[in-house]
Amino acid sequence: MSPRLKSYWVGAAAVVALGILAVATVRNEYFFFASYIVLQFVVLATAWNILGGYAGYVNFGTGAFFGAGVYTAVVLINLFGAPLLVQILAAAAVSGTLGFATGMLTLRLRGIFYSIATVAVAIIIETLIVNWRYVGGSTGIQILRPPVMPPFESYTKMLFLAMVLLAVAATAIARFIETSWIGRGLRAIRDSEIAAEGCGVPTLKLKLFACTVSGALMGAAGAPLAMYQSFIEPVSAFSLNYSVSALAMPMIGGTSHWIGPVIGAILLGSIQQIVMVTISNEINVLVVGVLLVLFVVGAPSGIVGLARALMRKRVGRKAA
Amino acid sequence: MFAWELLAEAVLFGLLVGCFYAAVSVGLSISLGLLDVPQVAHPAFLVVGSYGTYLLGRHGWDPLLAGIALAPVFFVVGILVYRFYYETFEKRGEDTGVRGLAFFFGIAFIVEVLLILAFGVDQRSVDAPYIGASVALGDVRIPIRLLVAFGTALLLTGGLALYLAKTFTGRAIKAVAQDGVALRLMGANPVRIKQWAFGIATGVTAIAGAMLIVVGPVDPNLDRVYIGRTFCVVVLAGLGSMGGTLVAGLVLGVTESIVLTMFGASWAPAVAFGLLLLMLGVRPQGLFGR
Amino acid sequence: MKMFMRYCSFLGCAFALAVGMLAPAAHAQQPIKIGMGISQTGALGGGGKSALLALHMWADDVNAKGGLLGRKVELVVYDDQSNPATTPGIYTKLIDVDKVDLLIGPYASVPTAPIMPLVKQRDLLLMSNFTFKLNRNLKHDKVFNNSPWSNEEDLADGVLQIGRAAGAKTIAILAADQEFAQNLANGAKSIAGRMGLKTVYEQNYPPSTVDFSAMIRAIRAAKPDIVYVCSYPNDSVAILRAVKEIGIGDSVKVFGGGMVGLQFTPVIVGLGSLANGVVNFTSYAPGKTMDFPGVRDFLDRYSKKAVAENVDPLGYYLPPYSYAIGQMIAQAVTATKSLNHKVLAEYLHKNEMQTIVGPIRFDALGERAKPAVPLVQFRSLVDKDVEQFRKPGRLVIVYPPQYKTGEAIVPFEKARN
Repeated sequence: MSPRLKSYWVGAAAVVALGILAVATVRNEYFFFASYIVLQFVVLATAWNILGGYAGYVNFGTGAFFGAGVYTAVVLINLFGAPLLVQILAAAAVSGTLGFATGMLTLRLRGIFYSIATVAVAIIIETLIVNWRYVGGSTGIQILRPPVMPPFESYTKMLFLAMVLLAVAATAIARFIETSWIGRGLRAIRDSEIAAEGCGVPTLKLKLFACTVSGALMGAAGAPLAMYQSFIEPVSAFSLNYSVSALAMPMIGGTSHWIGPVIGAILLGSIQQIVMVTISNEINVLVVGVLLVLFVVGAPSGIVGLARALMRKRVGRKAA
Repeated sequence: MFAWELLAEAVLFGLLVGCFYAAVSVGLSISLGLLDVPQVAHPAFLVVGSYGTYLLGRHGWDPLLAGIALAPVFFVVGILVYRFYYETFEKRGEDTGVRGLAFFFGIAFIVEVLLILAFGVDQRSVDAPYIGASVALGDVRIPIRLLVAFGTALLLTGGLALYLAKTFTGRAIKAVAQDGVALRLMGANPVRIKQWAFGIATGVTAIAGAMLIVVGPVDPNLDRVYIGRTFCVVVLAGLGSMGGTLVAGLVLGVTESIVLTMFGASWAPAVAFGLLLLMLGVRPQGLFGR
Repeated sequence: MKMFMRYCSFLGCAFALAVGMLAPAAHAQQPIKIGMGISQTGALGGGGKSALLALHMWADDVNAKGGLLGRKVELVVYDDQSNPATTPGIYTKLIDVDKVDLLIGPYASVPTAPIMPLVKQRDLLLMSNFTFKLNRNLKHDKVFNNSPWSNEEDLADGVLQIGRAAGAKTIAILAADQEFAQNLANGAKSIAGRMGLKTVYEQNYPPSTVDFSAMIRAIRAAKPDIVYVCSYPNDSVAILRAVKEIGIGDSVKVFGGGMVGLQFTPVIVGLGSLANGVVNFTSYAPGKTMDFPGVRDFLDRYSKKAVAENVDPLGYYLPPYSYAIGQMIAQAVTATKSLNHKVLAEYLHKNEMQTIVGPIRFDALGERAKPAVPLVQFRSLVDKDVEQFRKPGRLVIVYPPQYKTGEAIVPFEKARN
């Protein structure tokens, strides 16, 4: 194992250990309630970045893939009370397929059309759900949590830990893609798709792969929400707010490295949770919008880029 | 039992509303279709126009006059926005796609939230003598507000089409869309022309926003509904075609109206996006595109 | 130095003693916190604000008399913006961060439905406010719905009875696709089925619908005798506007039923003449038949405060009931001398409580045991006039018999003129 890979897995193990420690020691439920959301955004931001950051295709429809995952879980819970792992895997499969289909339809077109198509998919899926009485339609549906299994004392804590593991898995996948030949191909596509084609990069296959993986991860992030919130209705499950956050977090954190979305998600997610609780929900969206615009205009490489520039300056100074 | 009268009514209303859809999309037709600017914040500006009309309405202004009064303000805002966009993104060239999109997406959200903070989430509407009254056409009663929107929309789209086809600046705008370098070689400054065009696109949106609040109540989240409709019309039309925008608007209006009447309101939101995806899959350049 | 040390230790002891003596008293001064999310903006804001004002009045009245169990009552309030997506977060925060002692629900079914699983999972007491059949599946033993009705038949029965008395054979049902409207529409359908009425039109619409022209046209084409509408404030207004613009047809004998919003003064004043002829449910209308002890005095006091705070000045819908929620909490806490949710729930299940809207008793599922839903018909309304509602003949109670102040005028077009 290369030393960098080793250090990644050491870090990942440390994160999981921290999570377990928190579950064992922290009493206040609200901590888990809020942290779950932040971790959910880590997964969403990482998933978005696989297509958006690496390949340059901006997905505006994160809500579609996320919501599809949520409702897959709802259906499975209602059908036969499926356990969490099954819900997550099924949601990943459904949203992955959705990502693949969206890709097939639009990836031959220019960037902005892919983006608008993703919004279209979101609204169409939402409309389908609204018309489906089995999952509650517009009214929404109540989900009753099954009794929690030991050693967990509360379901929220269990969901929190599940989300920790999901976040680690998402970053592992992102890191794998980034450092492999797939990542090189995607970067070539982002820089110049025509040139990449000319060099023999299988652009369509790579883009479809990225779409599918991105969608699958977003769906996986959505599945535990059914149990977390216990009440699901389509307008909030498919909300455009997910799309904006999943886009803003990597752009703020930095799109070129897998750690960027994580930084962006933790930073922005925590700010959102604090603002929601202390000030209001609107200011929360305002913060996201303003930070997005500031970073897009002023610091296009995100926090990762700023950090790299800082390190280069230090190294430069040392050398001189 | 199939009610032909009901269907005919649906088509009639669809035509009225469709022309209105064309008018709210024509600004995007210019900015996205001709200027290649990913103006995702267009529906947000539309709603701002509605709220501006609402504010003036509280002081007794007629909504349409309010829209016309707001147009020059929006024109200037449009020029400033384009200037900023050009300096920050287009000039630098690299990676403009993602960042430009993200920029306008962020702007759209900021605008929406500022509207919520300023006006709250409640619905707002305006009063005018032609709102609430209807005129009878045989057995059918047509709300006058729809007729007013229809008429204004027709004038707007027709006027713009004429402007682009007959005047010098108008033709320069179409030329810059086709080949900016060639235009520069002919002595015209493409940046100034694009700036002017974007200003017009935004100014027109003010009037469209006034019509929006005449047609129905508005709330800050309305821009999300109109993202679908405006992009659908622009894609259906084919980038850059004004006449196409009108036809596409009518197609969307009629289809939506028929779906509303035959299948119910719960399917209506998907019509615009469904048509959009269909067009992207079948004929991406639109009905009249180049 | 020694003197200094002794002096310090003496001060220290005195200080510790003082703190020790004050501490239990300080603890007793901690207020009883009652938490809620309630709509202050958004579609339900008109109702929510008036309910909140009534609750504040109750808290002030209780505190003026020394509080509950010797402690002051404090309300912890958040705005849910009439948006069901916000309430789980708000109530989790109330429970885990603000650590409130008691919970009152949001106003209305749609924002309350999402927190029902949460309240059951954490086994908490919830005094819900004007909700509708939310406990039918969960069967939580600690939720109490405070409203004039107990099930959909109480709300739907009146309109259909009036229609049938006028010879109706067909019915059209228009309902928003949300918790309240769907439950109500189902109720109307079952009663209609039992009466042998034929459903000639039935439509559910997404709650965000703003344009009802197509639906009104379709209803008119179906020529129904009864039009039963289940809607929330924004839709109610839009529907009545569409009815004025397009016309509902001469066949309609009765129009209305479950339109939320027509009970909020700002909405009904804005509608004015557009609401004439509509028969709709409410909770209270001025008249000898509904003169419960304490209610007129409360409404007078309320009206003065409401005008000052720019809230529904008449307060005929939610305020008396919201005040009653407070009265019931006070009675339960005082009688059991406890804030324990299980103890309070048992008391609330077993006892009949006296309130300004009459005596209230709850059944096993926490719904009102003896419902009392008046149906009013709007008559002779003019636009933009608040005071007209205090005069007789504007809000005529047409059902049920024990509250009636007049007969319903049918058909609908006749009642509009």
